[in-house]
Amino acid sequence: MTVARFWRKIPQRYNLIGTKCENCGTVFFPPRSLCPDCRRDGKIVDHHCSGRGKVVTYTVIRTASDQFSNLTPYVLAIIELEDGCRLTSQVICDPSEITFGMPVRSVFRVIAEDGPSGIIHYGTKFVPS
Amino acid sequence: MRDVAVIGIGCSKFGERWDTSFRELFVEAGTLAIEDAGIDGESIDALYVGNMSAGRFVEQEHIGALIADYAGLTRAGHTPATRVEAACASGGLAFRQAVLAVASGMEDIVVAAGVEKMTDAGDSTDVLAAAADREWEGFAGATFPGLYAMIATDYMHRYSLTREQLAMVAVKNHYHGSMNPISQFQNEITIDTVLRSTLVADPLRLFDCSPVSDGSAAVVVAPLEMARDFTDAPVTVIGTAQASDTIALHDRRDISTLDASVAAGNRVFERARVDRKDVDLVEVHDCFTIAEICAVEDLGFVKKGEAGMLYEEGQTYIGGDLPVNTSGGLKACGHPVGATGLKQVWEVVTQLRGEAGKRQVDGAEIGMTQNVGGSGATVVCHLFRRV
Ligand SMILES: [Zn+2]
Repeated sequence: MTVARFWRKIPQRYNLIGTKCENCGTVFFPPRSLCPDCRRDGKIVDHHCSGRGKVVTYTVIRTASDQFSNLTPYVLAIIELEDGCRLTSQVICDPSEITFGMPVRSVFRVIAEDGPSGIIHYGTKFVPS
Repeated sequence: MRDVAVIGIGCSKFGERWDTSFRELFVEAGTLAIEDAGIDGESIDALYVGNMSAGRFVEQEHIGALIADYAGLTRAGHTPATRVEAACASGGLAFRQAVLAVASGMEDIVVAAGVEKMTDAGDSTDVLAAAADREWEGFAGATFPGLYAMIATDYMHRYSLTREQLAMVAVKNHYHGSMNPISQFQNEITIDTVLRSTLVADPLRLFDCSPVSDGSAAVVVAPLEMARDFTDAPVTVIGTAQASDTIALHDRRDISTLDASVAAGNRVFERARVDRKDVDLVEVHDCFTIAEICAVEDLGFVKKGEAGMLYEEGQTYIGGDLPVNTSGGLKACGHPVGATGLKQVWEVVTQLRGEAGKRQVDGAEIGMTQNVGGSGATVVCHLFRRV
């Protein structure tokens, strides 16, 4: 990922800044600039998501791409935030600990070190809460 | 709209083709299809090439022109050639473009081809991850097997599917593949082979995953009314459908249902005016074992959550109620991503012509293909009938 591509989404990646459609109330994280339900009738504003949620489904990644291979095995999950939106993230816990509906909270962590662009990527991971 | 028929098919050997280049691979399948149709290059009106990621796999873009050039189509006719991309559904989508071009009356004889050269890439895991959402899945460390593993985790939590039943998908596909000369793997395996293989992304193991492959496939289509001029055994395309869904798995309505597969399946059956029970064989997109389980359910052959029993009873074998992936599927036949959708067409047409040899489904009249891009963001379905 180039520096600009990473830097562009720093508020979203670091602080879970999503968006909200004021017309229908749906919260989007990852952020969307168009509401898929209201489309042009929607009104999109920034929305600071709660860092709390629960595990919807999960896996343990044993074989990763080169960029993440130093982290294996790691827990990857789909997490539903209190705001109702879902995202994909790593959960920092022992692979045997992860369960359905497990309550988690977000933490700020290094995501991948030294990608092809040479920058360290920070972002959100989750821990059991 | 005109009725469209398949008049020629060709498929290269799938596998790790270390001695063969990207363009040579294409020429292999293309030549077979042209010979099978008994046409010459000048009569081809257009070419659609399915390819996912030559840019990343072999650092080559502008694939349409390259293929037209090395297929010898740039001399007399300067034949138009268009690359079609929808990740792992690129091949099925290229076929659909060819069918639409002929159905519309715009073109008469059109070649749809698919090609992928995967073994030249260093980090194929990362290239394939580009079929998912790079910014919000890949960035978090999601791999392609990882996404399907999360589908499997969800599915097995909610429905009664045992780890053994999941393994039966791979065992059956290897058995079918052992009877297919172009198949990457020719060996039969057991449930134990799957359960003892390395974990890739829990609960999926190495033998739940389709391999990294090189290969190509090509199909020639023409208006049905012209088809008899070229072949004694034309196969009609009785339905074509395509559907889209969210690029990211986390945004789906239901983790274990590919809604795009449901939509494309419903549309194609409606358009072809045939029932599910009339289908004699189906080639589905088993990039992972769990994907085949979801496919037979989402296409409406069995209810959600009930596929496990179908495998337990052996109904998806040749000779069963619903033979699935007689080619060996992506698991055993191999999965050169851009070529897969056209290999599926190649297999169904081979079966409907009665030319499948040891793996022939007796009396096959109607066949189906289902080609999936990403974790379900694009699905392309086709139905075929022996004329
Ligand atoms: Zn809205």
